[in-house]
Amino acid sequence: MKTYYNPEDLKKFGKIGDFQKSMADKFFDYYGEVFQEGALTAREKSLIALAVAHAIQCPYCIDAYTVDTMEKGCDEEQMMEAVHVAAAIRGGASLVHSTQMMSKVKEISM
Amino acid sequence: MKSLKAQQHPLSKIEYELEVLDTPINGLSFADKLADSNLFPLSPTQIDILQINMGKMCNQVCKHCHVDAGPDRKEIMTRETMLMILEVIKKGGIKTVDLTGGAPEMNPEFRWFIEEVRKISSEVHIIVRCNLTIILANPKYHDLPEFYKKHHIEVVSSLPYFTAVKTDSQRGDGVFDKSIKALKMLNEIGYGSEGSDLQLNLVYNPAGAFLPASQEGLELEFKKRLKNSYDITFNSLYTITNLPISRFLEYLLRSENYDSYMEKLLDAYNPVAAANVMCRNTISVGWDGYLYDCDFNQMLELKVASPTSQHIADWNQKSLLEREIIVKQHCFGCTAGAGSSCGGATA
Ligand code: SF4
Ligand code: SF4
Repeated sequence: MKTYYNPEDLKKFGKIGDFQKSMADKFFDYYGEVFQEGALTAREKSLIALAVAHAIQCPYCIDAYTVDTMEKGCDEEQMMEAVHVAAAIRGGASLVHSTQMMSKVKEISM
Repeated sequence: MKSLKAQQHPLSKIEYELEVLDTPINGLSFADKLADSNLFPLSPTQIDILQINMGKMCNQVCKHCHVDAGPDRKEIMTRETMLMILEVIKKGGIKTVDLTGGAPEMNPEFRWFIEEVRKISSEVHIIVRCNLTIILANPKYHDLPEFYKKHHIEVVSSLPYFTAVKTDSQRGDGVFDKSIKALKMLNEIGYGSEGSDLQLNLVYNPAGAFLPASQEGLELEFKKRLKNSYDITFNSLYTITNLPISRFLEYLLRSENYDSYMEKLLDAYNPVAAANVMCRNTISVGWDGYLYDCDFNQMLELKVASPTSQHIADWNQKSLLEREIIVKQHCFGCTAGAGSSCGGATA
Protein backbone atom coordinates (compact mmCIF):
# COMPACT_ATOMS: atom_id res chain seq x y z
CA MET A 1 0.00 0.00 0.00
CA LYS A 2 1.33 3.42 -0.93
CA THR A 3 1.23 6.12 1.73
CA TYR A 4 2.53 9.65 1.91
CA TYR A 5 4.85 8.72 4.77
CA ASN A 6 7.34 5.86 4.50
CA PRO A 7 9.38 4.97 7.63
CA GLU A 8 12.33 4.02 5.39
CA ASP A 9 12.51 7.64 4.17
CA LEU A 10 13.76 8.75 7.59
CA LYS A 11 17.10 7.06 6.82
CA LYS A 12 17.36 9.22 3.68
CA PHE A 13 17.17 12.49 5.61
CA GLY A 14 20.92 13.00 5.23
CA LYS A 15 20.52 12.88 1.46
CA ILE A 16 18.65 16.18 1.19
CA GLY A 17 22.11 17.60 0.39
CA ASP A 18 22.02 15.80 -2.99
CA PHE A 19 19.74 18.58 -4.27
CA GLN A 20 21.23 21.55 -2.38
CA LYS A 21 24.47 20.79 -0.58
CA SER A 22 25.62 24.00 1.08
CA MET A 23 22.31 24.69 2.81
CA ALA A 24 22.00 21.07 3.91
CA ASP A 25 25.54 21.13 5.31
CA LYS A 26 24.79 24.29 7.25
CA PHE A 27 21.52 22.84 8.53
CA PHE A 28 23.09 19.57 9.72
CA ASP A 29 25.99 21.40 11.37
CA TYR A 30 23.52 23.60 13.17
CA TYR A 31 21.28 20.65 14.04
CA GLY A 32 24.23 18.75 15.49
CA GLU A 33 25.26 21.68 17.64
CA VAL A 34 21.73 22.30 18.90
CA PHE A 35 21.49 18.80 20.33
CA GLN A 36 24.85 18.78 22.04
CA GLU A 37 25.15 18.94 25.81
CA GLY A 38 24.93 22.65 26.72
CA ALA A 39 23.13 24.77 29.29
CA LEU A 40 20.45 22.11 28.79
CA THR A 41 21.44 18.46 28.95
CA ALA A 42 21.20 16.31 25.81
CA ARG A 43 18.46 14.42 27.65
CA GLU A 44 16.39 17.56 28.28
CA LYS A 45 16.81 18.61 24.66
CA SER A 46 15.66 15.21 23.48
CA LEU A 47 12.48 15.47 25.58
CA ILE A 48 11.81 18.96 24.18
CA ALA A 49 12.30 17.54 20.67
CA LEU A 50 9.84 14.75 21.44
CA ALA A 51 7.24 17.27 22.62
CA VAL A 52 7.77 19.49 19.56
CA ALA A 53 7.57 16.44 17.28
CA HIS A 54 4.07 15.85 18.63
CA ALA A 55 3.11 19.51 18.36
CA ILE A 56 4.11 19.61 14.68
CA GLN A 57 2.83 16.02 14.25
CA CYS A 58 5.82 14.82 12.25
CA PRO A 59 5.84 10.99 12.18
CA TYR A 60 9.56 10.88 11.34
CA CYS A 61 10.44 13.06 14.31
CA ILE A 62 8.11 11.10 16.60
CA ASP A 63 9.86 7.83 15.67
CA ALA A 64 13.32 9.37 15.88
CA TYR A 65 12.81 11.09 19.24
CA THR A 66 10.95 8.19 20.82
CA VAL A 67 14.08 6.10 20.25
CA ASP A 68 16.37 8.97 21.18
CA THR A 69 14.65 9.76 24.49
CA MET A 70 14.74 6.06 25.41
CA GLU A 71 18.43 5.98 24.53
CA LYS A 72 18.89 8.99 26.78
CA GLY A 73 17.45 6.95 29.66
CA CYS A 74 13.95 8.46 29.82
CA ASP A 75 11.00 6.29 30.73
CA GLU A 76 7.46 6.17 29.36
CA GLU A 77 6.06 8.42 32.09
CA GLN A 78 8.57 11.18 31.37
CA MET A 79 7.96 10.86 27.64
CA MET A 80 4.20 11.06 28.05
CA GLU A 81 4.55 14.09 30.35
CA ALA A 82 6.58 15.78 27.61
CA VAL A 83 3.75 15.11 25.12
CA HIS A 84 1.27 16.54 27.61
CA VAL A 85 3.36 19.70 27.72
CA ALA A 86 2.96 19.94 23.93
CA ALA A 87 -0.76 19.23 24.22
CA ALA A 88 -1.23 21.78 27.00
CA ILE A 89 0.51 24.49 24.99
CA ARG A 90 -1.43 23.61 21.85
CA GLY A 91 -4.72 23.50 23.76
CA GLY A 92 -3.84 26.62 25.71
CA ALA A 93 -2.94 28.45 22.52
CA SER A 94 -6.43 27.79 21.14
CA LEU A 95 -8.12 28.67 24.38
CA VAL A 96 -6.18 31.85 25.00
CA HIS A 97 -7.45 33.12 21.62
CA SER A 98 -10.92 32.85 23.04
CA THR A 99 -10.19 36.10 24.84
CA GLN A 100 -10.25 37.71 21.40
CA MET A 101 -13.59 36.05 20.72
CA MET A 102 -14.87 37.26 24.08
CA SER A 103 -13.72 40.81 23.40
CA LYS A 104 -15.35 40.76 19.98
CA VAL A 105 -18.57 39.43 21.47
CA LYS A 106 -18.55 42.25 23.98
CA GLU A 107 -17.72 44.79 21.28
CA ILE A 108 -20.72 43.91 19.15
CA SER A 109 -23.16 43.08 21.89
CA MET A 110 -25.55 45.42 23.62
CA MET B 1 8.88 -18.65 32.03
CA LYS B 2 11.30 -21.42 31.01
CA SER B 3 14.77 -21.25 29.54
CA LEU B 4 15.05 -21.60 25.75
CA LYS B 5 16.72 -24.93 26.40
CA ALA B 6 13.77 -26.23 28.44
CA GLN B 7 11.39 -24.98 25.73
CA GLN B 8 13.52 -26.82 23.14
CA HIS B 9 13.52 -23.55 21.23
CA PRO B 10 15.45 -23.62 17.91
CA LEU B 11 17.69 -20.82 19.25
CA SER B 12 18.91 -23.08 22.03
CA LYS B 13 20.82 -24.85 19.26
CA ILE B 14 24.15 -23.09 18.94
CA GLU B 15 24.43 -23.92 15.21
CA TYR B 16 21.26 -21.98 14.52
CA GLU B 17 22.38 -19.04 16.62
CA LEU B 18 25.74 -18.96 14.84
CA GLU B 19 24.03 -19.14 11.46
CA VAL B 20 22.10 -15.96 12.31
CA LEU B 21 25.24 -14.28 13.68
CA ASP B 22 27.34 -15.18 10.65
CA THR B 23 25.15 -13.16 8.30
CA PRO B 24 26.69 -9.84 7.23
CA ILE B 25 24.84 -6.63 8.09
CA ASN B 26 24.54 -4.35 5.06
CA GLY B 27 27.28 -6.48 3.51
CA LEU B 28 29.65 -5.93 6.44
CA SER B 29 31.05 -8.21 9.12
CA PHE B 30 32.55 -7.27 12.48
CA ALA B 31 35.91 -8.48 11.19
CA ASP B 32 35.66 -5.99 8.27
CA LYS B 33 35.10 -3.13 10.70
CA LEU B 34 38.01 -4.26 12.89
CA ALA B 35 40.21 -4.43 9.79
CA ASP B 36 39.25 -0.81 8.95
CA SER B 37 40.45 0.16 12.43
CA ASN B 38 43.68 -1.87 12.05
CA LEU B 39 42.55 -4.19 14.83
CA PHE B 40 42.08 -7.41 12.87
CA PRO B 41 42.95 -10.07 13.90
CA LEU B 42 41.97 -9.02 17.40
CA SER B 43 44.64 -9.94 19.91
CA PRO B 44 44.86 -9.94 23.71
CA THR B 45 46.93 -7.31 25.51
CA GLN B 46 47.26 -9.17 28.84
CA ILE B 47 45.28 -11.49 31.11
CA ASP B 48 44.25 -9.45 34.14
CA ILE B 49 40.76 -10.75 34.72
CA LEU B 50 39.52 -14.29 35.15
CA GLN B 51 35.77 -14.27 34.73
CA ILE B 52 34.32 -17.48 36.08
CA ASN B 53 30.86 -18.68 35.17
CA MET B 54 29.87 -20.79 38.16
CA GLY B 55 26.85 -22.23 36.40
CA LYS B 56 23.69 -21.54 34.48
CA MET B 57 21.38 -22.10 37.44
CA CYS B 58 19.51 -18.96 38.49
CA ASN B 59 16.49 -18.05 40.60
CA GLN B 60 15.39 -15.61 37.87
CA VAL B 61 14.53 -16.03 34.20
CA CYS B 62 15.20 -12.56 32.76
CA LYS B 63 13.91 -11.98 29.26
CA HIS B 64 17.20 -10.68 27.89
CA CYS B 65 19.52 -13.23 29.56
CA HIS B 66 22.48 -14.12 27.34
CA VAL B 67 23.19 -17.20 29.48
CA ASP B 68 19.67 -18.62 29.03
CA ALA B 69 19.85 -19.14 32.79
CA GLY B 70 17.03 -20.19 35.07
CA PRO B 71 15.93 -22.59 37.78
CA ASP B 72 15.63 -25.35 35.15
CA ARG B 73 19.34 -25.15 34.23
CA LYS B 74 21.41 -27.66 36.18
CA GLU B 75 24.88 -27.08 34.69
CA ILE B 76 27.10 -25.84 37.54
CA MET B 77 30.84 -25.85 38.21
CA THR B 78 32.27 -28.62 40.40
CA ARG B 79 34.84 -28.30 43.19
CA GLU B 80 37.24 -30.27 41.00
CA THR B 81 37.16 -27.55 38.31
CA MET B 82 37.45 -24.84 40.96
CA LEU B 83 40.60 -26.52 42.31
CA MET B 84 42.15 -26.19 38.85
CA ILE B 85 41.21 -22.50 38.77
CA LEU B 86 42.83 -22.01 42.19
CA GLU B 87 46.04 -23.49 40.78
CA VAL B 88 46.02 -20.84 38.04
CA ILE B 89 45.38 -18.05 40.58
CA LYS B 90 48.29 -19.35 42.67
CA LYS B 91 50.64 -18.79 39.74
CA GLY B 92 50.02 -15.03 40.12
CA GLY B 93 49.27 -12.42 37.48
CA ILE B 94 45.48 -12.53 37.78
CA LYS B 95 44.41 -9.22 39.29
CA THR B 96 40.65 -9.75 39.31
CA VAL B 97 38.46 -12.79 39.85
CA ASP B 98 35.00 -12.01 38.52
CA LEU B 99 32.28 -14.48 39.51
CA THR B 100 29.18 -14.72 37.41
CA GLY B 101 26.46 -17.17 36.41
CA GLY B 102 23.45 -17.73 36.55
CA ALA B 103 23.31 -16.80 40.17
CA PRO B 104 26.86 -17.76 41.26
CA GLU B 105 25.68 -17.97 44.87
CA MET B 106 23.51 -20.98 44.00
CA ASN B 107 26.60 -23.07 43.41
CA PRO B 108 27.07 -25.00 46.70
CA GLU B 109 30.85 -24.46 46.45
CA PHE B 110 30.54 -20.69 46.03
CA ARG B 111 31.57 -19.70 49.55
CA TRP B 112 34.25 -22.37 49.76
CA PHE B 113 35.78 -21.13 46.53
CA ILE B 114 35.94 -17.50 47.67
CA GLU B 115 37.49 -18.54 50.98
CA GLU B 116 40.16 -20.49 49.07
CA VAL B 117 40.88 -17.52 46.80
CA ARG B 118 41.31 -15.34 49.87
CA LYS B 119 43.71 -17.91 51.38
CA ILE B 120 45.89 -17.51 48.29
CA SER B 121 45.72 -13.72 48.26
CA SER B 122 44.13 -10.91 50.20
CA GLU B 123 45.06 -8.60 47.32
CA VAL B 124 43.28 -10.17 44.37
CA HIS B 125 40.15 -8.21 43.58
CA ILE B 126 36.98 -10.31 43.76
CA ILE B 127 33.77 -9.32 42.02
CA VAL B 128 30.45 -11.09 42.48
CA ARG B 129 27.74 -10.44 39.90
CA CYS B 130 24.83 -10.70 42.30
CA ASN B 131 21.29 -10.48 40.95
CA LEU B 132 20.12 -9.06 44.35
CA THR B 133 16.95 -11.17 44.61
CA ILE B 134 19.03 -14.23 45.49
CA ILE B 135 19.78 -12.62 48.87
CA LEU B 136 16.07 -12.85 49.73
CA ALA B 137 15.31 -16.09 47.87
CA ASN B 138 16.01 -18.39 50.81
CA PRO B 139 17.04 -17.88 54.47
CA LYS B 140 20.35 -19.59 53.71
CA TYR B 141 21.27 -16.61 51.51
CA HIS B 142 20.22 -13.84 53.92
CA ASP B 143 23.75 -13.47 55.29
CA LEU B 144 25.35 -13.04 51.85
CA PRO B 145 25.93 -9.31 52.38
CA GLU B 146 27.97 -10.12 55.53
CA PHE B 147 29.89 -12.77 53.62
CA TYR B 148 30.69 -10.31 50.80
CA LYS B 149 31.85 -7.77 53.35
CA LYS B 150 34.05 -10.23 55.21
CA HIS B 151 35.90 -11.12 52.02
CA HIS B 152 35.99 -7.61 50.68
CA ILE B 153 34.04 -8.38 47.56
CA GLU B 154 32.87 -5.85 45.00
CA VAL B 155 29.17 -6.42 44.37
CA VAL B 156 27.90 -5.70 40.86
CA SER B 157 24.14 -5.90 40.43
CA SER B 158 21.68 -5.39 37.62
CA LEU B 159 18.95 -2.86 38.07
CA PRO B 160 17.68 -1.97 34.62
CA TYR B 161 15.75 1.04 35.87
CA PHE B 162 14.75 2.98 38.95
CA THR B 163 11.09 2.09 38.49
CA ALA B 164 9.30 -1.20 39.08
CA VAL B 165 7.47 -1.36 35.73
CA LYS B 166 10.59 -1.26 33.58
CA THR B 167 12.66 -3.46 35.87
CA ASP B 168 9.97 -6.11 36.22
CA SER B 169 9.21 -6.14 32.49
CA GLN B 170 12.77 -7.33 31.89
CA ARG B 171 13.60 -9.30 35.02
CA GLY B 172 10.25 -10.69 36.18
CA ASP B 173 7.34 -9.69 38.45
CA GLY B 174 8.34 -8.48 41.88
CA VAL B 175 12.06 -8.29 41.08
CA PHE B 176 12.24 -4.53 41.59
CA ASP B 177 10.80 -4.58 45.13
CA LYS B 178 13.08 -7.44 46.16
CA SER B 179 16.08 -5.73 44.59
CA ILE B 180 15.33 -2.58 46.60
CA LYS B 181 15.18 -4.63 49.81
CA ALA B 182 18.48 -6.33 48.99
CA LEU B 183 20.13 -2.99 48.17
CA LYS B 184 18.99 -1.68 51.56
CA MET B 185 20.57 -4.70 53.26
CA LEU B 186 23.83 -3.99 51.45
CA ASN B 187 23.68 -0.28 52.31
CA GLU B 188 23.03 -1.07 55.97
CA ILE B 189 26.34 -2.87 56.36
CA GLY B 190 28.30 -0.16 54.59
CA TYR B 191 28.12 -1.08 50.92
CA GLY B 192 27.73 1.69 48.39
CA SER B 193 28.27 4.81 50.44
CA GLU B 194 30.46 7.50 48.95
CA GLY B 195 34.09 6.93 49.81
CA SER B 196 33.42 3.43 51.18
CA ASP B 197 35.76 0.74 49.96
CA LEU B 198 32.84 -1.69 49.97
CA GLN B 199 31.92 -1.19 46.36
CA LEU B 200 28.34 -1.60 45.23
CA ASN B 201 27.96 -0.95 41.52
CA LEU B 202 24.78 -1.16 39.51
CA VAL B 203 24.29 -2.25 35.93
CA TYR B 204 21.84 -0.63 33.56
CA ASN B 205 20.92 -2.30 30.32
CA PRO B 206 18.14 -1.15 28.00
CA ALA B 207 14.80 -2.92 28.33
CA GLY B 208 14.39 -3.33 24.57
CA ALA B 209 15.94 -2.87 21.15
CA PHE B 210 17.76 0.39 21.78
CA LEU B 211 21.15 1.57 22.97
CA PRO B 212 22.02 2.61 26.53
CA ALA B 213 22.13 6.24 27.58
CA SER B 214 25.40 7.96 28.46
CA GLN B 215 26.83 6.35 31.57
CA GLU B 216 27.62 9.63 33.35
CA GLY B 217 24.21 11.24 32.89
CA LEU B 218 22.30 8.10 33.76
CA GLU B 219 24.39 7.49 36.87
CA LEU B 220 23.41 10.94 38.18
CA GLU B 221 19.75 10.25 37.42
CA PHE B 222 19.87 6.80 39.10
CA LYS B 223 21.61 8.24 42.15
CA LYS B 224 19.07 11.02 42.51
CA ARG B 225 16.03 8.79 42.01
CA LEU B 226 17.18 5.91 44.23
CA LYS B 227 18.23 8.30 46.99
CA ASN B 228 15.03 10.36 46.89
CA SER B 229 12.59 7.49 46.54
CA TYR B 230 14.25 4.72 48.56
CA ASP B 231 17.19 6.28 50.42
CA ILE B 232 19.54 3.93 48.56
CA THR B 233 23.12 4.78 47.63
CA PHE B 234 25.59 3.04 45.32
CA ASN B 235 29.01 3.79 43.86
CA SER B 236 28.93 3.62 40.06
CA LEU B 237 26.49 2.79 37.33
CA TYR B 238 27.73 0.63 34.46
CA THR B 239 25.77 0.95 31.23
CA ILE B 240 25.80 -2.24 29.19
CA THR B 241 24.51 -2.84 25.66
CA ASN B 242 22.42 -5.97 25.11
CA LEU B 243 24.27 -8.35 22.81
CA PRO B 244 22.23 -10.22 20.22
CA ILE B 245 22.61 -13.71 21.60
CA SER B 246 20.41 -16.25 23.34
CA ARG B 247 17.21 -14.84 24.87
CA PHE B 248 17.84 -11.27 23.70
CA LEU B 249 18.39 -12.59 20.17
CA GLU B 250 15.15 -14.54 20.48
CA TYR B 251 13.37 -11.31 21.48
CA LEU B 252 14.92 -9.38 18.57
CA LEU B 253 13.88 -12.00 16.03
CA ARG B 254 10.41 -12.51 17.48
CA SER B 255 9.69 -8.76 17.65
CA GLU B 256 11.17 -8.23 14.15
CA ASN B 257 13.71 -5.79 15.57
CA TYR B 258 16.76 -7.85 14.64
CA ASP B 259 17.74 -6.12 11.37
CA SER B 260 17.22 -2.58 12.62
CA TYR B 261 19.02 -3.34 15.92
CA MET B 262 22.04 -4.78 14.10
CA GLU B 263 22.11 -1.78 11.74
CA LYS B 264 21.99 0.49 14.75
CA LEU B 265 24.95 -1.32 16.34
CA LEU B 266 26.87 -1.20 13.07
CA ASP B 267 26.16 2.52 12.51
CA ALA B 268 27.32 3.25 16.07
CA TYR B 269 30.61 1.29 15.66
CA ASN B 270 33.30 3.16 17.58
CA PRO B 271 36.97 2.27 16.90
CA VAL B 272 38.01 3.51 20.35
CA ALA B 273 35.57 1.10 21.97
CA ALA B 274 36.85 -1.63 19.64
CA ALA B 275 40.40 -1.12 20.87
CA ASN B 276 39.15 -1.45 24.46
CA VAL B 277 36.93 -4.54 24.23
CA MET B 278 37.09 -6.58 27.43
CA CYS B 279 38.21 -9.82 25.77
CA ARG B 280 41.64 -8.24 25.33
CA ASN B 281 42.45 -8.55 29.04
CA THR B 282 40.01 -11.24 30.22
CA ILE B 283 39.70 -15.00 30.05
CA SER B 284 36.29 -16.47 30.68
CA VAL B 285 36.00 -19.92 32.29
CA GLY B 286 32.88 -21.98 31.64
CA TRP B 287 31.12 -24.12 34.26
CA ASP B 288 32.86 -27.17 32.81
CA GLY B 289 36.34 -25.59 32.84
CA TYR B 290 36.65 -24.69 29.16
CA LEU B 291 38.18 -21.33 28.31
CA TYR B 292 36.64 -18.59 26.20
CA ASP B 293 37.42 -15.04 25.06
CA CYS B 294 34.41 -13.71 26.98
CA ASP B 295 31.14 -14.82 28.59
CA PHE B 296 29.31 -14.21 25.28
CA ASN B 297 31.63 -16.44 23.27
CA GLN B 298 31.22 -18.96 26.07
CA MET B 299 27.46 -19.05 25.51
CA LEU B 300 28.11 -19.51 21.79
CA GLU B 301 30.50 -22.37 22.67
CA LEU B 302 33.35 -20.68 20.80
CA LYS B 303 36.35 -21.97 22.76
CA VAL B 304 39.57 -19.93 22.72
CA ALA B 305 41.56 -20.35 19.51
CA SER B 306 44.52 -21.63 21.44
CA PRO B 307 44.41 -25.37 20.75
CA THR B 308 46.89 -26.41 23.44
CA SER B 309 45.18 -24.40 26.17
CA GLN B 310 41.43 -24.72 25.79
CA HIS B 311 40.67 -26.02 29.28
CA ILE B 312 41.63 -24.69 32.71
CA ALA B 313 43.50 -28.00 33.28
CA ASP B 314 45.83 -27.06 30.40
CA TRP B 315 46.28 -23.36 31.29
CA ASN B 316 49.13 -21.95 29.26
CA GLN B 317 49.45 -18.20 29.63
CA LYS B 318 51.86 -17.83 26.72
CA SER B 319 49.69 -19.65 24.25
CA LEU B 320 46.58 -17.80 25.48
CA LEU B 321 48.33 -14.47 24.95
CA GLU B 322 49.26 -15.48 21.42
CA ARG B 323 45.74 -16.46 20.43
CA GLU B 324 43.41 -14.68 18.02
CA ILE B 325 40.15 -13.60 19.64
CA ILE B 326 37.14 -15.10 17.86
CA VAL B 327 34.78 -12.40 16.64
CA LYS B 328 31.32 -12.55 15.10
CA GLN B 329 28.45 -10.13 14.52
CA HIS B 330 27.41 -10.16 18.21
CA CYS B 331 30.68 -8.29 18.91
CA PHE B 332 29.09 -5.14 17.45
CA GLY B 333 27.34 -4.90 20.82
CA CYS B 334 30.68 -4.24 22.53
CA THR B 335 31.72 -1.46 20.16
CA ALA B 336 28.56 0.62 19.71
CA GLY B 337 28.61 4.21 20.92
CA ALA B 338 30.50 4.54 24.19
CA GLY B 339 31.28 0.81 24.09
CA SER B 340 30.15 -1.89 26.47
CA SER B 341 31.82 -4.37 28.78
CA CYS B 342 31.16 -6.07 32.11
CA GLY B 343 32.59 -2.87 33.63
CA GLY B 344 30.33 -0.58 31.59
CA ALA B 345 31.32 1.93 28.90
CA THR B 346 34.80 1.61 27.40
CA ALA B 347 35.23 4.75 25.29
S1 SF4 C 1 20.28 -12.07 33.56
FE1 SF4 C 1 21.31 -12.76 35.44
S2 SF4 C 1 19.69 -12.81 36.97
FE2 SF4 C 1 18.69 -12.76 34.98
S3 SF4 C 1 18.34 -14.91 34.43
FE3 SF4 C 1 20.29 -14.32 33.52
S4 SF4 C 1 21.82 -14.90 35.03
FE4 SF4 C 1 19.84 -14.86 36.10
S1 SF4 D 1 31.58 -10.23 22.30
FE1 SF4 D 1 33.34 -11.03 23.39
S2 SF4 D 1 34.82 -11.49 21.77
FE2 SF4 D 1 33.31 -10.11 20.90
S3 SF4 D 1 34.21 -8.07 21.20
FE3 SF4 D 1 32.83 -8.47 22.92
S4 SF4 D 1 34.16 -9.27 24.50
FE4 SF4 D 1 35.29 -9.46 22.56
